[in-house]
Amino acid sequence: MRYAMAIDTKKCVGCSDCVVACQLENKVPIGYCRDWIVETTSGTYPDLTLEFRSERCHHCANAPCVRCCPTGASHIEEGGVVLVTAEKCIGCGACIASCPYDARYPHPDGYVDKCTFCIHKVRKGEQPACVEVCPTHCLYFGDLDDPNSDVSRKIKERKYKRLKTEAGTDPQLYFLI
Amino acid sequence: MKTNRREFIKISGTAVGAAAIGASTLTGSLFNWASGSILNQSVPAPTFLERTPTYCEICFWKCAGWVTKNEDGEIWKIEGHKDDPHCNGRLCPRGTGGVGMYYDEDRLKQPLIRVEENGKQVFKEASWEEAFKVIGNKMKAIKEKYGPECMALFTHGSGGKFLGHMLKAYGSPHITAPSFAQCRGPREVAFYSTFGEGVLSPERTDIRDTRCLVLIGSHIGENMHNGQVQEMSEAIDKGATIITVDPRFSTAASKSKFWLPIKPSTDMALLLAWINVIITEEWYDKPYVEKYTFGFDQLTTHIQTYTPEWAYGITSIEPKTIRETAREMANAAPAVIIHPGRHVTWYGDDTQRLRAVAILNALLGSWGRRGGFYFPDKVSVPDFPHPPYPEPKKTWRDLMPGKYNLATEIVSNGICDATIPSPEAACNFKGWIVNGTNLIHTLPDQKKTLAAIEALELLVVIDTMPMEITGYADVILPECTYLERYDAIRNSPHREPVISLRMPATEPKYNSKPDWWIAKELGKELGLDAYFQYKDIEEVLDWELKQIGSSLAEMQKIGVKKFNREYDDLYLIDGQDFEFNTNTGKIELYSTEMANNGFDPMPVYTPHEQPPAGFYRLNYGRAPAHTFSRTSNNPNLVDIMPENELWVNPKVAKQWGIKNGQYVWLKNQDEIISSFSIKVRITERIRWDSVYMAHGFGHSNKKLTRAFGKGASDTELISNVKIDPIMGGTGMRSNFVTLLTKLPEKAASETEKTVES
Ligand code: SF4
Ligand code: SF4
Ligand code: SF4
Repeated sequence: MRYAMAIDTKKCVGCSDCVVACQLENKVPIGYCRDWIVETTSGTYPDLTLEFRSERCHHCANAPCVRCCPTGASHIEEGGVVLVTAEKCIGCGACIASCPYDARYPHPDGYVDKCTFCIHKVRKGEQPACVEVCPTHCLYFGDLDDPNSDVSRKIKERKYKRLKTEAGTDPQLYFLI
Repeated sequence: MKTNRREFIKISGTAVGAAAIGASTLTGSLFNWASGSILNQSVPAPTFLERTPTYCEICFWKCAGWVTKNEDGEIWKIEGHKDDPHCNGRLCPRGTGGVGMYYDEDRLKQPLIRVEENGKQVFKEASWEEAFKVIGNKMKAIKEKYGPECMALFTHGSGGKFLGHMLKAYGSPHITAPSFAQCRGPREVAFYSTFGEGVLSPERTDIRDTRCLVLIGSHIGENMHNGQVQEMSEAIDKGATIITVDPRFSTAASKSKFWLPIKPSTDMALLLAWINVIITEEWYDKPYVEKYTFGFDQLTTHIQTYTPEWAYGITSIEPKTIRETAREMANAAPAVIIHPGRHVTWYGDDTQRLRAVAILNALLGSWGRRGGFYFPDKVSVPDFPHPPYPEPKKTWRDLMPGKYNLATEIVSNGICDATIPSPEAACNFKGWIVNGTNLIHTLPDQKKTLAAIEALELLVVIDTMPMEITGYADVILPECTYLERYDAIRNSPHREPVISLRMPATEPKYNSKPDWWIAKELGKELGLDAYFQYKDIEEVLDWELKQIGSSLAEMQKIGVKKFNREYDDLYLIDGQDFEFNTNTGKIELYSTEMANNGFDPMPVYTPHEQPPAGFYRLNYGRAPAHTFSRTSNNPNLVDIMPENELWVNPKVAKQWGIKNGQYVWLKNQDEIISSFSIKVRITERIRWDSVYMAHGFGHSNKKLTRAFGKGASDTELISNVKIDPIMGGTGMRSNFVTLLTKLPEKAASETEKTVES
């Protein structure tokens, strides 16, 4: 099993609903977030392109944050989901420094927090909160080992890019372009 | 500063310790308001369900959803209802963040009454009984002295139904919503006069099945009108062509096959040129036009001179592009939508511009066709029985004779104008009840709004938040949020009839109350008991639901219920005979209604004012995370977007030597300077002749602790208002601003005063 997410940048409108839904679902304190929107404009008026990307932890197959964690709080679970065990985390911040995507934040309660792919929902047969809420249906989540999953099919049908592949992290977010 | 009879009062600690009878007797007893009497506490608290149905109140789209609580029994999250066609199980960011409206600690908490103390006006905390007494006495006096018609209700949202009922029972028909003349009115009037029916809300646009969607200044994706955003995304998936006309590279423009970066204020020229091409090239739907329309020959003659070459000089859109996009539309027809937009009060000839939109749709045969505009349906829910309302002796039309003849709803700014005393006026409005609309930020030309308020004998504000309008009130009533109350059944037109229930997920916080209760109690105070012959709202809802084969108990469980259409008439069937609700029974390309009222029967192009040197047209719009004032202090949504920014083209920024992220003040053509500065966002996404900002920021009431002073208010800079003579709409896009990198001293002291006073 290999969980991954595809994000259709052709449909995303950058509304941040995925951010709000995640904050509420996961009780992320106000002022922090586990997912966020990046907007990039290129060209000059009127020859322009605009891209919105809903970003979060890439659940890297080769995760520096896990390797550098001194306590084993950061670890990889079934399906390749990178998680932090809050009780084990001492808040040293080594993982924050090692993440090329700036995907982690220090939770005010003293541990490091990040996207979990809403694994608590996924295990119940639901989808991550961001995927469930997205009004443009531009997020696809599922198992890459299953060729019929939404995410496998999208990656097969469409062109995509992954971010900062040069960092060698083998990121598992696929941005459809 | 001159002392007004009605000074702006900050709701603050100066309010003296009140005999808060309501508060003290009510604490600890859940839902005692459900008993229908403030003093009766014998009703037991209802047991709460695991998740409770609601429909969203953050915008008019009213998506149905479920409220879920956490293990501590507190509201945790709201999610969309899967069976609801308004949202298909997905709320927009504002709806998802709706919980913040409930948790906002700046909410109004207690009724407040304006009193004079040591020569200073202050708000005193009061019980609900006291507040109702004050309002009741004033309303009775107004009725006696001037007639009940001199009371008006401004409303936006679900509470309007109950308060409106109370006002009609009292004897006034004057219930008005700024959503007409400050927003979508022109399109409704234009479509009525063309097709005999309006566009309605939610819009009857069949976007999910369209093959070509044309957006003119309509920024779907930044306006999160949920169903439309979802359907546009679906249309993109299915390969539909999107054509966006906007001087700004909007989100929608970035998703479009064609973006037409039009010169602001010239849309009418483009529309007329499109009509010209479609007629000249014979790309229109001939059988449809022949069977259903009236005035094709007149239209053909009328548009002869409106060629793409003519339009080029006006719009800066090349003739080639005009023809190519017209061809795209014709290829897709009848599955094409020239979208009527929603906020369309721009230049004062807006009804005519929307007539051009309607005509274009008619020529392409998209009205009543799959992928165009469908015929919506809804159930008819009878109202809970009550005695007939008293016949009003005068209506707003008598108060403004000969004006806005084709308005289909009451014109808010007309009521505002008719409140300012003038020698000609037969009657002026003497009392306003304002519910869920912050008129200070809603009506343009703030000077006028304030002059009207100054003339009032009674101003009651019913809101959840200390909006600016509350500072001018005589009485402020704290309503509870939608998550804490029942409301009327949501029953809106859609592809299939569908209803939805809102029920409280929890008891009201503080001493706030639902509007149905406020209306009922105030009604009793006014001696209108006969109109409120029910114990509580549950009785009303259950009775109404039983008339249509459901019940309150059922709706509490399912939240949303769909019904079958009475007839299979979502679209016209090919060649079907159809009588349109117009004078001629046809789709009127030539409008007899307009002609009869002395207006152009077919739209003509009129040039609009252009910015003077050094000034830029002030354009404004929506941001996905906010619904104007309503969300500007919401903790969850402020977290996403705390302030608005001023979009400035890099060339303009260079000229002014301003940097990205720098704060500037704005001065308009009438020397009005923004109360607050606004952060500059330098972006290629905007033309050099205009600037852009999201509407709804720049709040001056310090009680809005998160919204206060954040960003600038476009409304205060809109002083040049172009009234649409057809229906009274307030055209707001003829205002021009220049940038101030420093605040002039005089302005600084005045700003300070506005904020402080
Ligand atoms: S909710 Fe969907 S459309 Fe909105 S920003 Fe997130 S991914 Fe994009
Ligand atoms: S994105 Fe960052 S936090 Fe997530 S797995 Fe990769 S390195 Fe770790
Ligand atoms: S569109 Fe958004 S704000 Fe409007 S009713 Fe739906 S969820 Fe609420």
